[in-house]
Amino acid sequence: MDLDLSPDQVALRDGIDAVLTARFGPERIRAGFDRGVYDELAEAGVFTLRADGFSWSDCVIVFEQLGRRCVPGPLVASLLFQVHGVTGVVERAGPAWVEHPGALDALVVLDGAAAALVDPRALEVEHSPWPLDFLTPVGRVAQLPPGEPLDVDVAGVRRAGAALTAAFQLGLADRVTELAVEYAKERVQFDRAIGSFQAIKHLLADMLVRTEVARAAVYAAGAHLDAPAEGGADRSVAVAKLLAGEAAIANGKAATQVFGGMGYTWEVDVHLFLKRAWVLDTCFGSADAHADAVADALAAPGR
Amino acid sequence: MQYRYDEADEAFRAELRRWLAAVLPTLPPEPPRDAWAARRAYDTDWQRRLYDAGYAGLHWPAEYGGRGASPTEQLIFYEETARARAPYVGVNFVGLLHAGPTLIEEGTPEQKAAHLPRILRGEEVWCQGFSEPGAGSDLASLRTRAERDGDHYVLNGQKIWCSFGQVADVGEFLVRTDPGAPKHKGISWLILPMDLPGIEVRPLRTVLGSSEFSEVFLTDVRVPVANRVGAENDGWRVTNVTLKYERGTAFVSELVDAMRLCEDLVPLVRDPAQRRELGRCAAEFDGLWALTKRNVSQSARGVSGPGATVIKLAYTEARQRFGELCLRVLDREALHVDGNELVEERLRTLALTIAAGSSQIQRNIIGERVLGLPKEPR
Repeated sequence: MDLDLSPDQVALRDGIDAVLTARFGPERIRAGFDRGVYDELAEAGVFTLRADGFSWSDCVIVFEQLGRRCVPGPLVASLLFQVHGVTGVVERAGPAWVEHPGALDALVVLDGAAAALVDPRALEVEHSPWPLDFLTPVGRVAQLPPGEPLDVDVAGVRRAGAALTAAFQLGLADRVTELAVEYAKERVQFDRAIGSFQAIKHLLADMLVRTEVARAAVYAAGAHLDAPAEGGADRSVAVAKLLAGEAAIANGKAATQVFGGMGYTWEVDVHLFLKRAWVLDTCFGSADAHADAVADALAAPGR
Repeated sequence: MQYRYDEADEAFRAELRRWLAAVLPTLPPEPPRDAWAARRAYDTDWQRRLYDAGYAGLHWPAEYGGRGASPTEQLIFYEETARARAPYVGVNFVGLLHAGPTLIEEGTPEQKAAHLPRILRGEEVWCQGFSEPGAGSDLASLRTRAERDGDHYVLNGQKIWCSFGQVADVGEFLVRTDPGAPKHKGISWLILPMDLPGIEVRPLRTVLGSSEFSEVFLTDVRVPVANRVGAENDGWRVTNVTLKYERGTAFVSELVDAMRLCEDLVPLVRDPAQRRELGRCAAEFDGLWALTKRNVSQSARGVSGPGATVIKLAYTEARQRFGELCLRVLDREALHVDGNELVEERLRTLALTIAAGSSQIQRNIIGERVLGLPKEPR
């Protein structure tokens, strides 16, 4: 039993961090997702992690780092369906709002236990002029075509997708805490750094607590996916998606509060993290849906 | 990262399970909460059984009679004993988890020989005399005086929140030996035999209607200077040496218990919103269970993290949210406590966010020691 990073995983984390530091500074992030972003991440091996033999625990570590940088793009599906290039995913049951509709090579439509592959270029997309997260452009598709049936383990896709999304949300929660702590140490009001006041300090402490609990849950989910025979993977992933998703949103809101008026500006990065957190809560099951799933697991005999 | 335990740990678990299956059916019935003499007999009997089976002082070094168990083995021990509903450490808490480790680190050979074996065998029960009516969150402001008179200290003052004070043989007491020094620098750590003249123990009734705690009044109590642990006026540091024994496993039994209570509650829930809330509570407990394992993994590697404080803060608040949910689910069935574990739960857990450092103090600690934020003016 080990829920800490191995030496190899520390190297993996530091390696991806170095790539992101060198190539994905704040301006590049704000420029949004494009083919160049995809190619550079692909070159760094992000989308071929599984094909190259890395474990789910390893993938989780990489996606945490992508989240810390708030890297835009359909990253999760582009790993899960790596052979199809830049790939989006959408539920047939829900309203068909497609993310990054202009950038996709492929769109996977999940429908209960089935999946289909759709050519995004053939879709009639009504692009939104004002997406919630300007780094996640969206378009509405009135009628999704049936597409080509895709032979995949859909439950496995949902499970892995939720775990990787949770890892990204963890990264958001972690980085936005750092930003708020740095600001609280610098910002002076009433002749003191505002971080010395308990009213601010306790907000920040709660941000750290949410992040640490979410991190443990996300790493546990990764370890569970690597040991499917042990059972409990579904519950573990639901817990991770719920805790990381809520940590990302709650920390984004708390950071906005700590930054005060500046937190409400376009210029400060905090809103990028909060908006992405809201977007990702709608992907691979919301926190509410996963809370229901955990309650179902409680009711089922044997865990 | 790896979900599975290795073979040696699984062997430890299997052996423990076999022992628990054999020993638990032979235990006497558990005494009522307030029957303190019977509780002491029950808890110390359990400690003696642990000792005979080689599980006493699991985290103590082998040279002091402990098992020297790894952090992972400690985790497994607390998990398995809680799952099997084995007795809790009970009246042996202070001796095994605080006073004993303090003596191991700071005691003289004579002090170690006099107390450590007796604690392990369940022959000596300890209580803690730290808090005072005027020294709660600000513990270092304590005022119980210890004045030197030859080779004795003469103690005068009042202590409060002494767990197991009614049945303890010995107490670990913090006293002020230098009233002129800055508050952290004038404190000493004493071994106080509880049968000395001048000690009066008065049970303190809690919201449960029972007395888990006592007040202790000290009037001209003469204690040999040889009972001091560590140097005079160095008691604050001595108190904190036990932190190195804190592996983040302090809440394992409680977490196992909380996860079980969630399963007990789910069949009673009719309302979908309450059911969703229960799912959230269970998720938080699962997350804290993962964090406990992560802390253990890190401590096995010699890495230290913010773990223990985070777990204390998050667990105690989550457990209270769960207790509140229990009351709402039970509705008017919650109007009686007798035989109603989930209502007793709500009352008992009121203490969690206050005892052993309130939630507000924990947030200060996280803010200042983990996040490096500036201190408030004090």
